[in-house]
Amino acid sequence: MAYQLLGKNFVPPDIAAKVTGRAKYSEDFRAEGMLFCKLLTSPMPHARVRNIDASEALKMPGVIAILTPDDVPQFPDPEDLILYKEPYYVGAPILAVAAVDELTAANAIEKIKVDLEPLPFTLDPLDSLYPGGPNARTNGNVANVGLKLQTLKWDAAAFAKAEADTLPLGTPSESWSYGDVEAGFRDAKVVVEESFVTASYAHHSMEPRSAMAYWENGKCFLHGSSQSQSFMVPGMARYVGIKPEELVYIAEFCGGGFGSKGTPYPIMSIPAHMSKKTGRPVMMRITRAEEYTNGYGRGGFQGWVKMGFRADGRMTAVDMYIVGENGPNQGFWDFRNAGEAVSVVYQPLAMRWRGTSVLTNTPPRTAQRGPGENQTASAIEPILDKAARQLGIDRLAIRHINAPDNQGKVGAERTPLTSAYVKEALEKGAKLFNWDERSKRSGQRKGSKVTGVGIGQAFHPSGAHGFDGLVRITPDGKLHIHTGVGNLGTYSYAATSRIAAEALGYDWKNVIIERGDTRRALPWNLGQFGSNTSFTMSRTNFVAAEDAKKKLLDIAAKKLGGAPDDYDLANEKIVSKKDPGKSMSFAEAAQEAISLGGAYSGKEVPDNLNPMTKGAVALIAGTGLIGVAKDMLPFSGMPATFTVGFVEIELDLETAETRILEYVGVTDCGTVIHPQNLHHQVKSGGVMGIGMARFERYVFDPKYGIPLASELYLSKPPSYLDMPLSVQADAVDLPDPQSPMGTRGMGEPPLGASSSSLLCAISDALGGHVFNRTPVVPDMIINFLSKQPQAHRPLQVSTV
Amino acid sequence: MPYNDNDTGCETIGREAPDQASAHGGDQPLTPAQLRSSRRIFIKGVISSGAAISASSYVFRDGVVPGAHAATAAGSVERLITLNINGRDRRVDVLPQETLAHTLRYKLGLTGTKIGCDHGECGACTVISDNIAVYSCTTLSHRMRGRKIVTIEGVEGPDGKLHKVQQAFIDELGPQCGFCTPGQVMSAVALLAGNPKPTIDEARLGMSGNLCRCGAYDHYLNGVMRAAGEA
Ligand code: FES
Ligand code: FES
Repeated sequence: MAYQLLGKNFVPPDIAAKVTGRAKYSEDFRAEGMLFCKLLTSPMPHARVRNIDASEALKMPGVIAILTPDDVPQFPDPEDLILYKEPYYVGAPILAVAAVDELTAANAIEKIKVDLEPLPFTLDPLDSLYPGGPNARTNGNVANVGLKLQTLKWDAAAFAKAEADTLPLGTPSESWSYGDVEAGFRDAKVVVEESFVTASYAHHSMEPRSAMAYWENGKCFLHGSSQSQSFMVPGMARYVGIKPEELVYIAEFCGGGFGSKGTPYPIMSIPAHMSKKTGRPVMMRITRAEEYTNGYGRGGFQGWVKMGFRADGRMTAVDMYIVGENGPNQGFWDFRNAGEAVSVVYQPLAMRWRGTSVLTNTPPRTAQRGPGENQTASAIEPILDKAARQLGIDRLAIRHINAPDNQGKVGAERTPLTSAYVKEALEKGAKLFNWDERSKRSGQRKGSKVTGVGIGQAFHPSGAHGFDGLVRITPDGKLHIHTGVGNLGTYSYAATSRIAAEALGYDWKNVIIERGDTRRALPWNLGQFGSNTSFTMSRTNFVAAEDAKKKLLDIAAKKLGGAPDDYDLANEKIVSKKDPGKSMSFAEAAQEAISLGGAYSGKEVPDNLNPMTKGAVALIAGTGLIGVAKDMLPFSGMPATFTVGFVEIELDLETAETRILEYVGVTDCGTVIHPQNLHHQVKSGGVMGIGMARFERYVFDPKYGIPLASELYLSKPPSYLDMPLSVQADAVDLPDPQSPMGTRGMGEPPLGASSSSLLCAISDALGGHVFNRTPVVPDMIINFLSKQPQAHRPLQVSTV
Repeated sequence: MPYNDNDTGCETIGREAPDQASAHGGDQPLTPAQLRSSRRIFIKGVISSGAAISASSYVFRDGVVPGAHAATAAGSVERLITLNINGRDRRVDVLPQETLAHTLRYKLGLTGTKIGCDHGECGACTVISDNIAVYSCTTLSHRMRGRKIVTIEGVEGPDGKLHKVQQAFIDELGPQCGFCTPGQVMSAVALLAGNPKPTIDEARLGMSGNLCRCGAYDHYLNGVMRAAGEA
């Protein structure tokens, strides 16, 4: 289908502010009489606060107030807390001090005596599962969202049965299966069985999560750093202890989140509480080290998988076990997503998944770009290659035969995918990369350098429904798109706004996007995470535009005679189908809507809207023609997004230096809205994948539980010098049937595609050796090549 | 790669007194790794004695707030100096240990310069001093007297026309979240000032002092090459 706007590049409205430094992030705001607060954080991985003596600090000139756990709401175990009486990780905030300047606040922190009782702690899930092993919390060692905090210990027999490098398969917390798994293994020509570890690592968003807050007329004004906008409001209001309508939330720009700023997080409320206590605005600047411990991390896996294959490479059965390392709190369900990802990407004929989510006294976890799916890609794709080698089939072929298509299904429920063109993505990628020729270079030596090639695949669910869209046409003829989705930095807020403009036939020049501040009348929208925006927001903006369209046609019929059906929209006018001379402009119709009132101008709204949307409409009612609706479009199955990656590397056998010569990423994400930006996501997600595959990991001192990689130079996010020397991106560009214009998000799988293809290429360069661990750091390669034992114990997390 | 202009004073910031290295209160000596990475935080909590540990580097004094001039820490006395920023002389009170990033952001209201790490690791704070890119977070404001400093607010033309690097970053869709962008712009401007026609490898190396967690490197690099082509 030919679109006016979709599929064409455009300049996102917020980019000029970014290149000029005018974009304001939360730390860039100032207020009259603003105080600064600093945090006192736990130096121990698990402790109980016995006493706080702040008397000396409070006597210091310039010190205004202290905020302790007793001053802020507490939440049920094992949720993240604002301030901790029982800190569960090094860096957990215990109290905050506000002073006239930050130096005074920091000096005051040094004067506070906190009496801490050290408690047992654990850094490794398997240690905690061992009989008598330490628990991360006094009341349990296993928890997740939807998995109650409890104590789980495995039989010593389970540990005894397993070889040192094999995951013990103790009692799982959860499991599912479909098909006859045992029969699948019996029918298999080749069965591979491996244990693996994927490291936890920090999100390390470039902007530390600073926040500023003040109170005015009974409302809390909060400048926060978040990927999402409307979705933050109810949860942040809960943290502040107010009703959602009492919070004015301002987050026009966000300096990166990658999942860690997608949903409400408690420390953002600290300046709000401090401001309430002091009656003055409060700025809380977060340091890089504080960002490391309070800015969340990706959960790690200790996993095991058994996979069976027919002679042609088709996967007959999978048995998978994931022990998720979940940090000390509620964390995220990466461990579940691992099973789901395998069921989707390889469509095994039968599968069983088991898993548990174990707490450790390490920084809290949350979703990080492809939480679970991308660890799974990194762990499984190299093992898939191992099977292909044993079967003697091509590595592209084994992926092609297992790849999901439009008949693809998910998990135990066998939920259908809305659409899937992974085979097409593989074909396109293979052509762009020239797999047939390049794969012949596998293992070629040039001096100390050897060539490796690899393919990787990754997936993420990519959409939701049921949210509210809101548009407004003002009497100047402009279309205002009110979007509450947020601004993560991917420009998808703008791309999906183009859906509404497209539906109404608007010239993009006449479109204004309203966003970034509750006061701009923002509807209830899902947050900007989970690769969902391009699907979810396309639907919500589409239904709002459809409502506006219906009202435009109604108004024309009322004013110009006839029935609404007699009219059409063209060039920002409502034009009679029979008599093109009979028309009225959108601007006139907007004026007419104001006169008509009722639903036309937002004085009345549909009942099924979320209260937040109703509140937003109330702010703009009577200022134009209002299009507002809840997305009730048909929805079934799972929208899924995919990326495949192809990579060629040159690995130096003497130094283990790995240069990426070429990377090709192809995504299947429905209709492409903004090609330039889509390519950007494929490439830049690919950069994060390099970090996952080769550098990034948590390291803790085993004796004291102190993080040893909190600085950027130690945790090593990829730099310019790590990027591929040449990189290409493309998309299948076939529409998703459940998105009104076929669009679907894609932000997450590019990471997993890059990471897994790179790991496969390293393995290829080393003659098929599979490390079963991320990241594969240079000394692991050197140890392997020189036949030395690895520095880490088998299945160990937090390796040095 | 931004040059870290840091030869006096700055060294002492954020370091605790050497005699505390052994005051960990444990029964075993700390490993070098522990000492390197987390000595200060560890000491602070474990002995929880309120021992006089110097204030961390991530602090500043704010001249805007009443009472801010009260000297609360020994030696932290502000002095009025003149800094030449974006072609203008600016008179500003600065502390001896104050970094240029803090002066710019909190004393002069130039918030386009970002602080991503405050440790000379990320480049978000990059500004140009006499044509050289420097990390303003590890540059003392006092050291900048007599230099010409350009910040992101100063690279547009007098008529508000974008610098060719800024325009190229828009054309190539360089930024994602945008937090690293001002630093990327400044490094690119400095790079092209010294090497107007870099090869792609030179550009990559020249930009490598600027981290981008969004991974927007390829698009920034294309922006640098496009700007070079439009010299
Ligand atoms: S803030 Fe200066 S280098 Fe990171
Ligand atoms: S654009 Fe987000 S850190 Fe560079």
